[in-house]
Amino acid sequence: MCLGIPGEVIELHPEQPDLAKVDVSGVRRMINIGLLTDDPPVPGEWVLIHVGFALSKIDEREAAAAMEFLEGIGKAYEDEIAALRESLIE
Amino acid sequence: MRFVDEFRDADKAHALAAKIAALCEPGRQYKLMEVCGGHTHTIYKHGLEDYLPESITLVHGPGCPVCVIPMGRVDDAIHLASQPDVIMTSFGDMMRVPGSGGSFFDANAEGTSIRMVYSPLDSLKIARQNPDKQVVFMAIGFETTAPSTAMTMLRAAREGLTNFSVFCNHVTIIPAIKAILDSPDLRLDGFIGPGHVSTVIGCRPYEFIAAEYGKPVVVAGFEPLDILQSIYMLMVQLAQGRSEVENQYSRVVPWDGNLAALKAIGETMELRPYFEWRGLGFISHSALKVREQYAAMDAELLFQVPGVRVADPKACQCGEVLKGVLKPWECKVFGTACTPETPIGTCMVSPEGACAAYYNFGRMNRNRVAEVSAS
Repeated sequence: MCLGIPGEVIELHPEQPDLAKVDVSGVRRMINIGLLTDDPPVPGEWVLIHVGFALSKIDEREAAAAMEFLEGIGKAYEDEIAALRESLIE
Repeated sequence: MRFVDEFRDADKAHALAAKIAALCEPGRQYKLMEVCGGHTHTIYKHGLEDYLPESITLVHGPGCPVCVIPMGRVDDAIHLASQPDVIMTSFGDMMRVPGSGGSFFDANAEGTSIRMVYSPLDSLKIARQNPDKQVVFMAIGFETTAPSTAMTMLRAAREGLTNFSVFCNHVTIIPAIKAILDSPDLRLDGFIGPGHVSTVIGCRPYEFIAAEYGKPVVVAGFEPLDILQSIYMLMVQLAQGRSEVENQYSRVVPWDGNLAALKAIGETMELRPYFEWRGLGFISHSALKVREQYAAMDAELLFQVPGVRVADPKACQCGEVLKGVLKPWECKVFGTACTPETPIGTCMVSPEGACAAYYNFGRMNRNRVAEVSAS
C-alpha cells in the first residue's frame, strides 16, 4: 500500500482526462492521473502508482528496477496485484 | 534484467563498501537511520549490513504506516464499522492488524462489513452502489497515500455523494523524525530519507534536520546500490563536517515534490493538534484530520468514535523497534510468540515492518554470518 508500483500507460480517455488505463505486471486497470496534470503521461510512458493514483513519471529502467524490488517482497506485492485486479476505478 | 543489473552489480557494491569504510574515522561509531520500511526491507533482503564496517549501525525508523497505528485506533475503526448500515473500506494491509478485541478479519467474522479495497476511489463505487448505506474509508498512510484520500474526497464532493466519509488516520513523517531527534534514547548521525514519501513532499521539509540538528539527510532509492550510495553520501558529509539535504533518488524524487498532491491534501485536510503513534506516544501536529469545510465527510463527526486508548501488549516491544532503540531480534517475543503467521505487534504484521522484514530475510543472513565467523 505504501510502496509505489510501476505501470505502463496503455490508453488515455479524452472524455475522462483524469483517468488512464495502465498495465501492471499484465493486469490492466484504470488509474487516476489527476496528480500529474503539469506533465501528463502518454501511452508508452511509465508511472509510479500509489493506491490507484499516479504520483510520478518514471523511465522504463526505473520501472524494471522497481518491479524487481516489489517481486522480491513476495506476498505483499502479490496481495497488492490481487487487490488491483479487484479494483474498478471509474 | 539488464536494467536491474546496474543497480545490483556486486563489484560496484564492494567498491562502494570500500569507499564507505575508508571514510570511517578510527574509534568513531556511526548510527544512520533509514526512515522508510521499504529501505529496511532492501537492507535485510540483500544483507547490506554485511557490506558495512562494524562501526556503522543502521537503525530502522518509524516509516511503516501500518506499524505506527495504535491499537486504540483499530478498536475505534471496528466500533465505527459495527454501526448500523455502515460499510467500512480498508486497504488489505490493515485487515490483520490486531486491536484489543481482534483484527478487522475477526470483526468481519462477527458480522461487521469491512471490505478490502485497492484504492480509496473503489470506495466511491461501493457508495454509489449502496445509497442506503454509509461507506466509511479507513484512511491510513503517510504522504504517499494522503493525496489519494484527498483526491477521492474532492471527487466525492464534485459528484455530490452524501454517503461517503473518511476515518482519517493519515500521519506525516516530519514530526516523527523530529520526535526521534528530540528523544534522549538515541543519538543518530544521519538519515537515509524516505523515497516514495519524498515524491510527494520533496526534499525541502528535511532541511531543518540539517540546519537545526546538524545531521545530514540523503533521500534514497530502493535498490541495494541506491542505499549503499546514500550511505556513502552521508559518510562523505560527516567526514567533511557538512550537514545538508541531498537527493540520491533524483531520477524519481523532484526537489519540490508533487505540488498538485500537496494542494489536494491542503484543500481537504489539516493538521491535528496531536496524534498518538504506536511506540512513540503523542506527537504534536503529526497527523491529518478532515478540514471543517468537508465536515460532511468526516467520520469522526458523523459517528460517535470512542477514542479508546489501549496499551500495547506487555510482551510486545514494537515501540522500541519503531524508535530504533531495539533491533527486531532483541524483542522478547520475536520469532517465538510473535511471527508473521501469529503477529502480536504491528511490526510483524506489515511486510514493511522491520520485524517481518528481518524474520523473512535478515535472520538467514545473520545466521550465515554467525556460522562463517564461528568456523
